[in-house]
This record gives sequence, C-alpha cells and structure tokens, in this order.
Amino acid sequence: MKSKKNFDWKTLLLGNKSYLLVAFITIVTGVLVGVGVITKRTPIITPDLLTQIAYTMIMVVSLNLVVGFLGELSLGHAGFMYIGAYVAGLTLYYTHSLIPFGLLRFLIAMLLGGLAAMLFGFIVGLPALRLRGDYLAIVTLAFGEIVRGVLKNITVGDMIKNPAVGFNIKDLTTSYSKYLFLIAFILVIVTIFCVQNIAKSKHGRAITAIKDNEIAARSMGVNITYYKLIVFAIAAFFAGVAGAIFANYTTVAPAIFDYNYSIEFLVMVVLGGMGSVFGSLISSIIIVFLNVQLRSLLTGNLAGLKNLVYALILIIMMIINASPKFVTLREKMNWSYVKSKLQSKKEKS
Amino acid sequence: MSFDEKLYENCPLDAEGNQLVLKADHLCIQFGGLKAVDDLNLSIKKGELYGLIGPNGAGKTTAFNILTGVYKPTSGRFFLCGKDLTGKAPLEINRSGIARTFQNIRLFNNLTVLENVMVGLGNQIECSMLQSMLRLPRHFKTESEFRRRAMELLEVFGLAEFADYLAQNLPYGKQRKLEIARAMATNPTLLLLDEPAAGMNPNETQELMDVISFIRQHFGITILLIEHDMRLVAGICERLTVLNFGTELAKGKTADVLNDPEVIKAYIGE
Repeated sequence: MKSKKNFDWKTLLLGNKSYLLVAFITIVTGVLVGVGVITKRTPIITPDLLTQIAYTMIMVVSLNLVVGFLGELSLGHAGFMYIGAYVAGLTLYYTHSLIPFGLLRFLIAMLLGGLAAMLFGFIVGLPALRLRGDYLAIVTLAFGEIVRGVLKNITVGDMIKNPAVGFNIKDLTTSYSKYLFLIAFILVIVTIFCVQNIAKSKHGRAITAIKDNEIAARSMGVNITYYKLIVFAIAAFFAGVAGAIFANYTTVAPAIFDYNYSIEFLVMVVLGGMGSVFGSLISSIIIVFLNVQLRSLLTGNLAGLKNLVYALILIIMMIINASPKFVTLREKMNWSYVKSKLQSKKEKS
Repeated sequence: MSFDEKLYENCPLDAEGNQLVLKADHLCIQFGGLKAVDDLNLSIKKGELYGLIGPNGAGKTTAFNILTGVYKPTSGRFFLCGKDLTGKAPLEINRSGIARTFQNIRLFNNLTVLENVMVGLGNQIECSMLQSMLRLPRHFKTESEFRRRAMELLEVFGLAEFADYLAQNLPYGKQRKLEIARAMATNPTLLLLDEPAAGMNPNETQELMDVISFIRQHFGITILLIEHDMRLVAGICERLTVLNFGTELAKGKTADVLNDPEVIKAYIGE
C-alpha cells in the first residue's frame, strides 16, 4: 500500500465539492455585491436571501451531524438557534459601546452565542444517553418549546421591553451589515470543515459505529456516553453560531423559533440525504429559495399551501430517488466519476 | 501486540501452579423467577481454549453477557488476571482486556472492512476530537498508524483484499472472520467467541478452526468459546463446561466430558 502523505491540504480543500460550492457562491456573490449588481432591490437574489441561505446551511449541516451521522432524531434544533441568537443579541447590545470594532464585536457575540447553545446541547445530550428514537425526539421537541416559552417571558432592561415581540439590533450592525452574508458564508465553510473532519476521522468512525450497532460499538470499547454528548454539543454550538448570524440579520422573535422551524431543518436534512454534507448545502439553497419565493407568491388564503410544497418535494424526491433511470443518471453525475473522466482525458492528450 | 508477561503477573494460580486468566466464582443471574445462570464457576488458564457448551437456552450467551458487562450478575464475582470486573460497564471491561464476537453477527455495516477494524483499534491510539476537527498533524499521524495496524490484522485474517468493501457486502464466512479480527483489534487478553461456526459449511468451519488455532499461537491469547458444532469443539477445545438450564452439568477435559452419559442425555435425550 502507498503510504499517505501527512499533510494533504490540497485534496482536503480542493478535492471536496462542498468547499468548492460554498467558495464559489461566496466569491461570486461577494464580487457581485461589491460591484453593485446585487442590491437590496434586485429581483431574485438579494444579500438578505444569501444571509438566510448561509445560516440555514449551518443549521442543516450541524443537524445532519446528529441525525445523519449519529442517527438520533432531534426536533429541537431551532431551540439551540434561538439561544444562540438571544445570547449573541444581548452581547452585541451590551458591548457596542465598549468594543469599537464591529467585526470583533460580532465574533465575540458569535462565540458566546455558540457556547451558550453548546451548554444546552450538552444538557439535552444527557437524556440522549438513556432514550432512543421517538422518545428522544419528544425530549428535544419539548426542549425547543421550553426555550421559546421561557424566553418569551423575560424582559431585559432597555433592550427587550416586550419579549413576545422580540428584539432587533440591526441598528448596531451597520458597520458590517452589507457584507454580513460574506461573514456568514465563511462561517459555513468553517462549519463544513469541522463537521467533515469529524466525520472522516477516528471519531467519525466511532459515531457511525454507534449508529450501525450500539451494542457492538459498546463492546468494542467505543465510549458511547462521550460521543453522544459531544455530538449534541457540537451540533448545538453551530446552531448557536447560526443564531448569532440570525440576530444580526433580522428581528429575533419567539414566534419564529417554533417546532415548525426545527422540522423545516429536518426536512432539509432528509431532502439532502442523511449524512451527506453536500446534499445539506444543496437542499438548504433550494428550500430557502422556494420559501422566500412562495412567501411572496402565496398570500392571503393561499399562505397555508407553502407547507404542502415541502411535502410534495419530499414525496417527489422519494419517488425519483429510487427510479432506475435516476440512479444511473446520478452515478454518471457523480463527482468522482467526472474526475476520473477528466483524468483519463488528460492522460490521452 | 507482544506477549506481555507483566499483564499476567497478578493472575491467581490454580492447584497445579497455572496462571488463571479468567476466574468466575459462583456467578448467578436471575430474571424475575428464572435463574438463567446458576452458580457458574470458571477457571481458564493462560493460553487455553475453553469451551462452553450446552443445549439451546442453557444460558451460555447470558454467561457471555455477564462477562462482557451487558448484564450485571445477581451474585458472584469474576476476575480477569486477578482484577475484579464484576458489574463494570462494557466499555471498561473491554478496555481491561475482554473482547467478544456475537452469535448473530453485529458488524458496522456502513463502514468498510478496514474501518470496522479501525473502530476496534480506537482505544489504543489517542487523538482528541479537537485534533481531528482541526486536522492537526497528530490526526494524520494516528490515522496512518490506524491504517497500518488494521491492515496488518486484516492480512493475518486473510481479509486484506476486501479492505475497501462495505462490511455488509462480505460473504457470511468472511463476516464472521471480520468480527473476530475486529475483536482482536481491541488487543484483548481474553477473547469470547459466541458460536463462531454458526451457519457455516464444513469448509468454512475448517477454515475457522485454522484461524482460531493461528491466532492462539500468533497472539498468545486465551479463548472462551460457545459452540454447537461438536466437531469443532472436539477438534480445538482443551477443556469444557457443559451448561444445562443454567447450571453446570459437567466440566473437565474435552474427551471426558463429551463421553459423560449425563451430557449425552442432555443433548440427545434418553
């Protein structure tokens, strides 16, 4: 066997379609916004939409770590996001006079938001040690609702006078709000980096082993307690980071972070494929885009139809996914297949 | 994976001065009114291949589950090389040196053959989550070490050519072998094999017997084996304990036990 080189950053970063996709979006949209092609008034793509896509990507990729890799159902991911948004919002509000640099302020708020969410992820991870499947899903669902219920009723000084309506700190972020989506996409890359590196390591193998066969994993010396807790904590951390971006982007209101929102993320994970980071990114783009379009398209009595579209997408996906023609098509569209074709072409010429 | 004498220095000795790797004293487990295992005593010598046999429902697998920490015994204790492991968690028992295979194969189906063995190796090379997450040099170093050791093991078991197959795509006999390889990867002092020949054809059984004798010589390991295939038992086990309805029916040298009229009665009937 060929011995592997120790440092192989080139394949690590360039041999991976997820990084390529996000880097491509970041660079293209960054240039387009910088030049002024994309503005707030552009019809389809706006910086706001890009920000939404970015934080949704972080949410879906981190949820995939729990649902796809560990194989536990979590219905409270929006709860972690809410905690992140809340803590980050508070930090930004109370540090804006202390710290002069907007970006530094953002970073500190993001880290605190992430860590707060991580703490709660750890706490939610504890029942995960004893519960499985549906029962754990119920616990996480309840967790999300508890967070919402509690934060809905806490007033904080001058900042949150009416907790049911939430708070908005957009005025404090003017120094970087134009390029918020760029920061967000860079954080997406950081998230992908962390999640994929965990997945492709000793720890990722252990996590897959737990999903495949918990009893065997335990008797092979895999520390199930450790892995379940840490996976929940890491996923929650990134949900908190996504929440921090959210807090910079729009009003943080309890009505947003309900269980429907958690389930929306779950839909995206399922649509993109369990355990597939690239799929998560694609499905985030599709669903967020559809979401925004449908919201402006279906108004009044038709607004409820929006949820029907998700169901339709999932059903169509299920039917197409197994159809023989699509399977062969997918094999041909496969990244490694295309790469091997390119390579053989190079060798010929 | 050298034959480490130090490991065995705390072992209790039997009457003839042999070191006892596993010593189980009066193990009992009760589920409600059912005594699944009642007063099981085992003393397995270093390097021995010991058989645990008995009709279906005799409590053999339950005994294994006690020894690997899946169940806690209602009473009694057991010791590995003199270390009391009674009531310890499976994780700790595995790290102390008891590894097992399962009656119904429990491989990690979505991992490759190589990765299955690498999971077993997991405890022997440290690399923290953060080091892996940030791809620090340590990660690459341990990863290539994992790969090297896992390939070594796969070569011993003749599975090297299947290294990149998904475990679920292996033929049945190879899956059994992989389970043993994975258990060996945790570097055990005592290996528990739960019906390794179940569902195998005579050729595969013969191959398995060769593998078992080979790993005994190669790793100097002690093996406790549950088996129904009497040909395999008679062929490789040195001593046996026969269980029937949870109690010990007979124990001793293989040939003596298999000719015991009580044992024949329990297996075949009168």
